[in-house]
Amino acid sequence: MKEPISFTLNGEAITLETEVDRKLLWVLRTDLEKTGTKFGCGSGFCGSCTVLVDGVAVRSCITNLDFVRGKDVTTIEGLAAEGELHPLQREFLERGAYQCGYCTPGMIMNAHGLLQRNPRPTREEIVRGMENNLCRCSAYKRIIEAIEAYAGANGGGHE
Amino acid sequence: MSDVKNMDRREFVRLLGGGILVTVNLGPLTLFNSSAEPAAQGRGYPEDINAYLHIAEDGQVTLYSGKIEMGQGVMTSLCQMAAEDLGVGLEVMHIVMGDTDTCPWDMGTFGSLTTRMFGPAVRAAAARARMVLMDMAAERLGASRDSLSVRDGVVYVTGDRDRSVSYGALARGQAITHEVDEEAVLRAVRDFTVMGQSPLRMDGQEKVTGAAKYAGDIRLPGMLYARVVRPPAHGATLIRVDTSGAEAMPGVTVVNQDGMVAVLAADPETAERALGAVDAEFDQPDPTVDTESIFQHLVDSAPDPNTPEREGDLETGHRISARTFDHTYYNGYVAHAPIEPHTAVAEIRDGTATVWNSTQAPFGDQTAIARALGFQPENVRVMTPYVGGGFGGKTSGQQAVEAARLARITGKPVQVAWTRDEEFFYDTFRPAATIKFVSGMDEGGKLTLWDYQVYGAGARGSDVFYDVPNKSVRVYGEWGRAPAGMHPFAVGAWRAPAANSNRFAAEQQMDIMAAAAGMDPLEFRLMNTTDSRMLSVLRTIKEAAGWEARPAPAGSGKGRGVACGIDAETYVALVAEVTVDSGSGAVTVDRVVCAQDMGVVVNPEGARMQMEGCITMGLGYVFSEEIRFQGGKVLDQNFGTYGLARFSQVPEIETVLVPNDDLPPKGGGEPAIINMGAVVANAVFDATGARIHRLPMTPARVLEAIRSV
Repeated sequence: MKEPISFTLNGEAITLETEVDRKLLWVLRTDLEKTGTKFGCGSGFCGSCTVLVDGVAVRSCITNLDFVRGKDVTTIEGLAAEGELHPLQREFLERGAYQCGYCTPGMIMNAHGLLQRNPRPTREEIVRGMENNLCRCSAYKRIIEAIEAYAGANGGGHE
Repeated sequence: MSDVKNMDRREFVRLLGGGILVTVNLGPLTLFNSSAEPAAQGRGYPEDINAYLHIAEDGQVTLYSGKIEMGQGVMTSLCQMAAEDLGVGLEVMHIVMGDTDTCPWDMGTFGSLTTRMFGPAVRAAAARARMVLMDMAAERLGASRDSLSVRDGVVYVTGDRDRSVSYGALARGQAITHEVDEEAVLRAVRDFTVMGQSPLRMDGQEKVTGAAKYAGDIRLPGMLYARVVRPPAHGATLIRVDTSGAEAMPGVTVVNQDGMVAVLAADPETAERALGAVDAEFDQPDPTVDTESIFQHLVDSAPDPNTPEREGDLETGHRISARTFDHTYYNGYVAHAPIEPHTAVAEIRDGTATVWNSTQAPFGDQTAIARALGFQPENVRVMTPYVGGGFGGKTSGQQAVEAARLARITGKPVQVAWTRDEEFFYDTFRPAATIKFVSGMDEGGKLTLWDYQVYGAGARGSDVFYDVPNKSVRVYGEWGRAPAGMHPFAVGAWRAPAANSNRFAAEQQMDIMAAAAGMDPLEFRLMNTTDSRMLSVLRTIKEAAGWEARPAPAGSGKGRGVACGIDAETYVALVAEVTVDSGSGAVTVDRVVCAQDMGVVVNPEGARMQMEGCITMGLGYVFSEEIRFQGGKVLDQNFGTYGLARFSQVPEIETVLVPNDDLPPKGGGEPAIINMGAVVANAVFDATGARIHRLPMTPARVLEAIRSV
């Protein structure tokens, strides 16, 4: 049954008239054409669909739209401000923390969520926090280094 | 070669927006020409050229390449090669990849061929383009070509920079094509300004912002999302289907034609629900082989072998051996599992099909789509956006054919995007392998016998670079040509096909012999080869890893191993250090050092990224990746049970590029993965004294091996 639902997407107020038991991933990709958020496994295993809801990383492929009612949703498209890369994106870019790039939006958003919760993660905390995001090209080493560099630049306390 | 259907060169350059088009037909590069002629028939653009560059009126340069970018970084490295020999900076370079309408024919992006085989074509085309531009400049400046120099896209009289003209100025007002058959001299390594550097990758900005488009991100007006009814097992046949439930759903189109049953809707969720409303019944054959029985089945169903290497005499080898070693090695099926599933969007308008496709082989797919639709190939355009990982698995074109067929039937643009379980079902798995290996050595540890038989995998990586007087390598069933019934489902190329299985066997056997001889395993390898590039990478790894000579095993729970090999003409050696928990059988890889001689290195950071990716991805097939199945039924359907390598497994990784500027660039996307099985198994042996003969080495298998020591 369709019903109105409102939330904020990348700082912009959104109201949709749709079934609220739909998955957030498909609403983002289909209705809102935010295609930076990727489908990978459809079951929450790989993390390529990760977005932030009120600053917390969630798997949009297993998140009902109803969950974001009245909340702030941030996708990869909302991270760079006015064409300026977010410093975390810049670290990913400059350290080559991606290869095919398909899991990259999910990696960056998951890392962003992790860093909001814990701005100064140790390497172990980074690994634990990122463990369930999969990168088949296996750029993991440089992803860890990019997150460490960002955290370090922010006064991170690791090593 | 002329064909009325093919546009002429003038038309072609106009299509590119004027400027100068430099085309090259690189005759000796048979990789392109021998297959290109039949394959390129009626393609829609001049077909007797196989590399070209376009110089626009603003000085921007575009390289057209039939290769595709799937993470390996070739978008950047190909542009570096073109920029170097054209004499421009990387910032003016653009590249169009994998578009069958505008790019020269290409066999496909696999086999680490892009840099070593297409790279020379790019460099030659760029060097010849530079020559054309210098001739034009010579006329414009009233000077001879020999008196001119080029820097950053500006031609000037050597010693008098005021007399100059830019490439853009030369291209202005032109709509001309230059065909070049004069040889041009490539820039020497010592003069490189763009090659040998590690600029930021050209795909980076789009990839970190989510702007990068993959096939599934293409949106067309009126596009339908399709889901296709799939069998529960390979070999199953549809005996009854009732689509009335789906037909009754508003907004759902049902197709049941020529063996394909599909449901389509304006959004993917409705299509998913409609698929659930289809009631299909399949007849499934009884399974005859499974995850455990496959290894004997491979031997039983083997065709006659190919014999890539034979020398001396095996009987003599046995007679002169002081000791012989007889072992069998096993490796299971593994999935490609790119995070981007196979996806295609097809649109058919005015008798022409356009397909945006997640593929490593756009030109092969063009042919397949044309055949399926009954179209001429020139009426099918395949475009390749960014590909979200391939690893050899995106070559069949099945999803593109499905999308094109459904677009034709429905008259609407159609997206076919496989779900993860479709991805696991239709993947062309890396074949399982059984390897029977008898080897021998004399009293002093010199190899005397190498009797090697591989079933199921194929030849790659089975080459014997050790000095053995009596050797025979027999390959039963190459992955691309296995007889029907050998494998219960499709198999295909998986990142360095066959080499991962072959090196697992060969490099463990070397270790077994070294231990039996009471020798250090690295010294044992050095003693048994005279191949100078192999000696060089082994000596490099010894130094880089801080390797102290001693025989294995140490048996202390911590261990180290070494392994080496050749792939894509690149020489690679690795050292791994592990910790083994003898209570649980869990193995932690603490450190991996990798030395690689890949000739001239086009982009050192790009090369290191590939080496790191190989090493880490390899830990998946070493420890956890294994497709489980019963007959044609694939039991693993998602990442919950199929274990890819993860963050917590990433060891300390050190990569060493062994300088070899005398050799043109060789492959870099695959070599470092081929030894992962053996290097870890050898380190586990050093730690525990236990030999692991089967991959993946799950904790249970490691534990079993430890207990049987």
